Amino acid sequence: MIAQDLKEFKKFTPKTLPREEPLVSGHRACQGCGEVLALRLVAKAIGTPMIAVSATGCMEIISSPFPQTAWDVPWLHVAFENAAAVASGVEAGLKILMEKKKIPEKSINVVAFAGDGGTADIGLQALSGAMERGHNFVYVCLDNEAYMNTGIQRSSSTPFGAMTTTSPAGKLIPGQTTWKKNMPAIMAAHNIPYVATASPAFYLDLMNKAKKASLIKGPAYLHVYASCPTGWRHGSDLAIEVSRKVVETNIFPLYEIEEGRYTVRKNNNPKPVEEYFKQQRRFAHLTPDMLKFIQDRVDRDYQRLLQMEALTNPAAVKKEEPKEEATG
Amino acid sequence: MARRVGMEVSIAISEAVKLANVDVISAYPITPQTHIVEHLSEFVNDGELQSAFIPVESEHSALSAAVGSSAVGARTFTATSSQGLALMHEIMFVASSLRLPIVMSVVNRALSGPINIWNDLSDIMAERDCGWVQLFAINGQEAFDLTLQAFKIAEDPRVLLPVAVNLDGFILSHVIEPIELLEQQEVDQFLTPFKPVLRLDPDKPVSLGAFGSPDVYIEVKKQIEEALIGSQKVVTEVWKDFNRLFGRNYKPVESYKTKDAETLLITMGSISETAMMAVDALREKGQKVGLIHIRLWRPFPFKEFLQAIKGAKVLAVLDRALVPGGVGGPVGLEVKSALYGKDTRPYVAEFVAGLGGRDLTVETFIEVVEKAERYAQKQKDFQYELIGVREK
Amino acid sequence: MAKIDALMPWREVPLGGAILEPGNARKFKTGDWRSNIRPVTDREKCIKCGLCWVFCPDMAYAHREDGYFDWNSDYCKGCGICARECPKEAIQMVAEEE
Repeated sequence: MIAQDLKEFKKFTPKTLPREEPLVSGHRACQGCGEVLALRLVAKAIGTPMIAVSATGCMEIISSPFPQTAWDVPWLHVAFENAAAVASGVEAGLKILMEKKKIPEKSINVVAFAGDGGTADIGLQALSGAMERGHNFVYVCLDNEAYMNTGIQRSSSTPFGAMTTTSPAGKLIPGQTTWKKNMPAIMAAHNIPYVATASPAFYLDLMNKAKKASLIKGPAYLHVYASCPTGWRHGSDLAIEVSRKVVETNIFPLYEIEEGRYTVRKNNNPKPVEEYFKQQRRFAHLTPDMLKFIQDRVDRDYQRLLQMEALTNPAAVKKEEPKEEATG
Repeated sequence: MARRVGMEVSIAISEAVKLANVDVISAYPITPQTHIVEHLSEFVNDGELQSAFIPVESEHSALSAAVGSSAVGARTFTATSSQGLALMHEIMFVASSLRLPIVMSVVNRALSGPINIWNDLSDIMAERDCGWVQLFAINGQEAFDLTLQAFKIAEDPRVLLPVAVNLDGFILSHVIEPIELLEQQEVDQFLTPFKPVLRLDPDKPVSLGAFGSPDVYIEVKKQIEEALIGSQKVVTEVWKDFNRLFGRNYKPVESYKTKDAETLLITMGSISETAMMAVDALREKGQKVGLIHIRLWRPFPFKEFLQAIKGAKVLAVLDRALVPGGVGGPVGLEVKSALYGKDTRPYVAEFVAGLGGRDLTVETFIEVVEKAERYAQKQKDFQYELIGVREK
Repeated sequence: MAKIDALMPWREVPLGGAILEPGNARKFKTGDWRSNIRPVTDREKCIKCGLCWVFCPDMAYAHREDGYFDWNSDYCKGCGICARECPKEAIQMVAEEE
């Protein structure tokens, strides 16, 4: 499953980052959009030649206002729930055309981009099918924790307690009542070779994971945290800060699952969850009880991740908390 | 040299798809289409057809994957029926808007509810407006021929639209009929490899499926409309070509014993052959009855239709789908629309029958002709009549 | 502006509404979106770490030969991420002249 080029891949360092921009300036994303930044970094890391498939959502809308496109690579958008199915067709089409010598044999990265709605909700069926069939592609979920493009409605990825327009902080029911759906676990259950979570604040980690995902033969799933100043009600300059805090509080831990083996980024002195919530008005209404519930659950889930690592990857070297990246 | 064999029509269709050397088959099973995709998977697994067989997890994904593969320049085929077609609905419009030459067999089956696996045309009629070229086969040979022709029509640079080849579920799909199969060599003379006009290619990046504001939506639709209308010319050319090579002649509207006919039955699909038997029986008795059946449904061949019905005084339309709310049937609507602006119009009697697989016999057609003529005499003013409903 | 470009006659619309020129969104100057606040880099403090370039959602920084970064007024939306993340606080968001 692990290709030779993967073994030869020298990880990106701050001085060896790819300069290529598959997505160009002039796109219509909001000021300070964390999702487009995440998309940019992933696409950059994976690199060309690439064919990108987008689901309907913010990223598709802001990048393709006819007659302009921000995509410098071939790009296809069909509908909301089928990025994985369309990408399956692209991948299978390319593969057979090369086998039949109708197009020259070349390694082309097929990458599907979708939001949390287009992945965990309406897109889950097509994603599951594509993963089960084992197509050689990378599926990137850009998770901004709600249906942002249609006006901030809740998704199954909306965190517990968060205010959205369909889970408002009401007098009776204070925000989202369910816990975030565990997409990486669902993907791992499909026995695909590579699953990883990433956050743009930890950009080297993100880019290395994206590159790895593209080099591995077979399906790879990246769950990328994507901040949304508009929907989360935070300052336009806070994208990286919230993306960092979400990891530092263990609300969104960074880990990889390679052929079922978990490797978890250690964070044994996490910041309290309030540190993360206080900067976003979508959490302004959280009560002490809710905060406690969340803190307990976050702690418990993180411990469970460590247990999964111990169970599946005993060879994992116990790492110290990694040296802080230049982000400080 | 072509060979004539007794073969299940579904299998014949798979043979046609094989002869077309498709690159990608995206397949999800639904009764009564299953034999087509099953047989195709056998070809692929036996190494007889070099094709990617994608066993998708739903029909929505079947068509979505087909869009993906067609967009990279792969000749793509899929097949479905009824609920599967309904599930594809969203993507049907996108496939034609993106100008992708996907070919699909639609094995016509009633739409739920109630859930029903038998034949009528409600499934394809619900997709009437999706912008696909739509053809109807009346027998196994046609199903085979139209499938092969569909690729050539779809891929023509003047068309570049997906094509649906319709055949009646069970009544055609599951029966053994005499089919004259063609040899690979012969087919290769007729159908050349797919040369996409636009494709997803890292050497020439394009963006497909951009967001279209009110400033551009109509213009894109106009382009598709012109392509669909213009496709009739291409269909005619392809049929001419096919006739020249293989000796079978197809027309958008076919006439049977219409020469001096006063009453004409109008049908689509395999019931046309049953209707022909009724025409024969009535002609025996000296009645001046004929039949026309429509092979090219979309785009609708208005000119050829009006030509074919010239001289007739009464038209008895037999629809296999209902346009509910007191309206009638889709073919009837089209016929009436074709006649609306004309100075002289025959009397049109609209009948809806055979829904959900209810059998249509020669007697049904005789009854329909009798009723149509009786109503014409009285100049009965009615939208339509639903035939065969048990009243008691 | 995209709106004006889209007013083409139907025959000139590319097949299926395709966009044939990759990356032509560059024609759209999102710099117009700024509300009179822009980042300014103090080259004395700048350590050429490149994080402003890494973290810009609009790719409004470009590498220079000498290792510093050029700011692109055409595309910067003034979000302030670069100023916030600069490890040396070398970037400040200031009011724009015009």
